Amino acid sequence: MPAPGSRGPDIAFKWVAMFAAAMIVVLIVMVGWELYYGSRLAIAKFGAGFLWSSEWDPVLERFGALPFIFGTLVSSLIALLIAVPLGVATALFLTELAPLKMRQPIIIAIEMLAAVPSVIFGLWGIFVLIPWLRDSLFVWLKRFLGFLPLFQGPIYGLSMLAAGIIIAIMILPIVTSISREILRSVPNLQREAAYALGATRWEVLKIAVLSYARRGLFGAAVLGLGRALGETMAVTMVIGNRPQISASLFAPGYTLASVVANEFTEATTDLYQSALFEIGLVLFAVAILVNAAAQVMLKSMSGSGPVKVN
Amino acid sequence: MKASPAQARTVEAGLPAEAEEVAFDIKNFSLWYGQRQALQDVTIRIPAKKVTAIIGPSGCGKSTFLRALNRMHELTPGTRLEGSLRHFGEDLYGPGVEAVAIRRRVGMVFQKSNPFPTMSIAENVLVGLRLNGVRDKRVLQSRLEESLHMAALWDEVKDVLNRPGTSLSGGQQQRLCIARSLAVQPETLLMDEPCSALDPLATAKIEELIQTLRERYTVVIVTHNMQQAARCSDRTAFFYLGRLIEFGNTRNIFTSPSNPQTEAYVSGRFG
Ligand SMILES: Nc1ncnc2c1ncn2[C@@H]1O[C@H](COP(=O)(O)OP(=O)(O)O)[C@@H](O)[C@H]1O
Ligand SMILES: [Mg+2]
Repeated sequence: MPAPGSRGPDIAFKWVAMFAAAMIVVLIVMVGWELYYGSRLAIAKFGAGFLWSSEWDPVLERFGALPFIFGTLVSSLIALLIAVPLGVATALFLTELAPLKMRQPIIIAIEMLAAVPSVIFGLWGIFVLIPWLRDSLFVWLKRFLGFLPLFQGPIYGLSMLAAGIIIAIMILPIVTSISREILRSVPNLQREAAYALGATRWEVLKIAVLSYARRGLFGAAVLGLGRALGETMAVTMVIGNRPQISASLFAPGYTLASVVANEFTEATTDLYQSALFEIGLVLFAVAILVNAAAQVMLKSMSGSGPVKVN
Repeated sequence: MKASPAQARTVEAGLPAEAEEVAFDIKNFSLWYGQRQALQDVTIRIPAKKVTAIIGPSGCGKSTFLRALNRMHELTPGTRLEGSLRHFGEDLYGPGVEAVAIRRRVGMVFQKSNPFPTMSIAENVLVGLRLNGVRDKRVLQSRLEESLHMAALWDEVKDVLNRPGTSLSGGQQQRLCIARSLAVQPETLLMDEPCSALDPLATAKIEELIQTLRERYTVVIVTHNMQQAARCSDRTAFFYLGRLIEFGNTRNIFTSPSNPQTEAYVSGRFG
């Protein structure tokens, strides 16, 4: 029972909270509107064809978003394929396996990774990662997996795969720390239930921990994806910035976020600028769609583990 | 009491002098959490195919004792123990003895029911068998039915085996957990206050079930409910401040305890 007189603050708090929630919605709508307003020239000129045209020619003023959509999705997917297993494994190690003394140093190291500015990752990418990829990993991939179209064609270094790897490193901290929270929320009683059946450590992870946490871990992956889609600076520095669609991961590419960041200052004509606005609008829509799809998938997943998305 | 030499040892261990099979033979058992000693020099012989109740005030080491019987306490870092613990002759802590193997022979049911929420009722029961690599559909099916029958749950769930285990009521979930433990066919079942979160009706069901379990299993049950101990156990052990104070036939413990502390506890004067 709330004490008499505590109702006033309660109601006030409720209104403040509702106002804040409403502001977020208003903000999202306003951003969407602003992007739409900025892109109305391009929308009028190219219509829906903008989405599946792969031409990007500022001189002839012909613009299409497809190579950028492709680049954003592919680089983010690569990043997820690397960061989610790695992040979940690290979180498992930290919560279930590592000796207590080892945990804190590793956690601090991961948090420091999150504090590194994007442009520093870009520089490191250019001067350390790319030369190594070009001279070692890519050569190796080409030799042993070269029968796949993914690993064919000339190696430049600047590439879709390099971008995916850089993004993976950048989203690793968030994926790891959210996964860690999720795993920590698995009740000990679940683990004990499995141990009491004679399960080994690995079996406990499988039947008691991971299955309980799978919805939450999926949420962690979605949050990682959200970050990956919008990652700009470091990606621009290593992806090669060429608007093309290539099956080879060794080929340069371009993403929605990088083309906006890169070309906005050079966009001298109204149509060019408007096309970049529309690219921004597409990025905005992709991010919202991905999140919505994830929510739907999450709902359809059975099981009653904790749901923790956003 | 007869005084033949064969029974002298049981008398010495504070046990009723009957010839019977021993499930746990425990001598001079002490356990520490770090520097803190939780059990002191416990010597007890827990009979097979009987229900043994562990009673005592909160914090006296009941759970600690129980968890040492299937090495669950090893999950708590910093524990250390001394003494000898044998289960049907096998040294629980002998060299080369694996906790995993012990826990398959000594099952455990917890205070709060803990079915796996992502698994169906059937999967919950069978998860232990699957861990043991049982793949045969017929074996799985028969073990599923048998375990649920043993746990007095079959009639209530036979039509909803594919529903999540967590869709059941609290009492049903606890019986599901019992079925899950029984499915791997342990010799002994440990229960740590299995009814403390349940209503009287659900509690009565589980007590009834414990009566049938004693035909095939050794049951050791921790309870803070003295009526429960009196109702459903054959033997009762009274722990106080980490020591075993008295152990004997349940009737004797509750009607004519030989130790004044036991007397005070069972008559409700403390704890
Ligand atoms: N994980 C632990 N770490 C340290 N001390 C513990 C731990 N678990 C139990 N203890 C201590 O050991 C004693 C016995 O606890 P427990 O066996 O849980 O008692 P009971 O089940 O009879 O209530 C208590 O004093 C408790 O504080
Ligand atoms: Mg206890």
